[in-house]
Amino acid sequence: MELMLHISDVGVATMLDVLPIAVVIVFFQAVVIRRKPPKLQRIVTGFLYVLLGLTLFLVGLEEALFPLGKIMAQQLTDPAFLGAVPAVPRWTDYLWVYAFAAAIGFATTIAEPSLIAVAVKANQVSGGTVSVWGLRVTVAIGVAAGVALGSFRIVTGTPLHWYIIAGYAALILQTWRAVRVAAPIVPLAYDSGGVTTSTVTVPLVAALGLGLASTIPGRSPVIDGFGLIAFASLFPMISVLGYADLSAWRARRRRARDAKQQGSMT
Amino acid sequence: MLAGFLSLLRMVAGSLRDLAPILLVIGFFQIVVLQQPFPHLERIALGVLLVMIGLTLFIQGLEMGLFPIGEAMAQAFARKGSLFWLLAFAFCLGFGTTAAEPALIAVADEAAEAMAEAGVVAQDEAARQAYALGLRATVALSVGASLVLGVFRILKGWPVHVLIIGGYVIVVLLTFFAPPEIVGVAYDSGGVTTSTVTVPLVTALGVGLASSIRGRNPLTDGFGLIAFASMFPMIFVMLYGMVA
Repeated sequence: MELMLHISDVGVATMLDVLPIAVVIVFFQAVVIRRKPPKLQRIVTGFLYVLLGLTLFLVGLEEALFPLGKIMAQQLTDPAFLGAVPAVPRWTDYLWVYAFAAAIGFATTIAEPSLIAVAVKANQVSGGTVSVWGLRVTVAIGVAAGVALGSFRIVTGTPLHWYIIAGYAALILQTWRAVRVAAPIVPLAYDSGGVTTSTVTVPLVAALGLGLASTIPGRSPVIDGFGLIAFASLFPMISVLGYADLSAWRARRRRARDAKQQGSMT
Repeated sequence: MLAGFLSLLRMVAGSLRDLAPILLVIGFFQIVVLQQPFPHLERIALGVLLVMIGLTLFIQGLEMGLFPIGEAMAQAFARKGSLFWLLAFAFCLGFGTTAAEPALIAVADEAAEAMAEAGVVAQDEAARQAYALGLRATVALSVGASLVLGVFRILKGWPVHVLIIGGYVIVVLLTFFAPPEIVGVAYDSGGVTTSTVTVPLVTALGVGLASSIRGRNPLTDGFGLIAFASMFPMIFVMLYGMVA
């Protein structure tokens, strides 16, 4: 009974969330395009599936995984778990926190529905060159590195903007290389920054940031709690560009080896 | 009938695989690191089942509804050839989906609190609410504008990396002039604007446009809209922090 109430609550919230999109689509279809889209019935059914699917997905997460994940984030940052923490915390006291940050960042990104959508579409339009799992795992590794580094930043209290600016500098260097060796991947790499942080990742990562900032002496949740999301959207771009660069390098090396073998055979 | 059932079973199994890493991580930390029992195990099992069914339905609906309508509209606009209506659609899609985004509402409220604590905004309810509302409107406008630019780029075939890097240079420059309290919020606001329903739709729109315009490649030109939608809010929020 309680579950049914929860499902209907979340269902209404999801519907309100999708409503503006539906209004914009219906308005432009009816007033501007003025032509029925092909397979209208199938599309409407698809929207109902999306609504129902997102609702069940969110209810399930809120019933099972979010409470546990949030409690864990609190417990791992709790002085009771960490033992005696000195008034000025050393960053080495929090090793389990970084491990948890990386693991939960990776795991939630694998389950992120919007990343699945982008990976499926990229696989379709690249004719299979971009593999769905390859992209998802690469992005997840980026998020893992980003959230772990972001936790380190909260622990040490170093300024957020230096990390972000250094990340952008790395991104610019990588782009400069990638446009010559792996140009078609660049827009996709940029897109993977934005898609990683939605339904599953944001609540757990935000709880971790808040937990850290409120238990570490000298940190304020309102000031230092922000910024983890930014790390989680910056690092996937770096990891996807890095992966593209690596595959291009391996392909070049293979070609060079093949050419050499052919040369020795003749 | 049997074939349909089998394919459904395969899809649910696929969703279990998507979910397995989270279960492993939570299980490992609970049992090995924190050494605590699992509370309400049956509730967790039920939740996981719901998540699996939900994810399966979502992916199914993606292929049936969100992708086709995005591509059909992109093709219809390309056929119609009206630049104004295409850009108007892009703006409305960005603005409409962001203005009501729950994650953004939460971030805007937190930002107003942070600014009030820093003494930039007056410590009363009305001032904070006005600040949060202004911030939300700013982000929604910026996402609308970002999709307009992104669509225009696809039409013109401009390289995405020049625009994105230019944007990041602006972000870095603004970081030094914006009030320090807003910087963290601004960086985070880029991530919260792109919701689970918007992303597939916007991706399909970009890919659909790039494939219906001669001389554009769906992979090179079709992607990139999300990147603009996550960058523009950072710029606009820092500007808002400097002006408001």
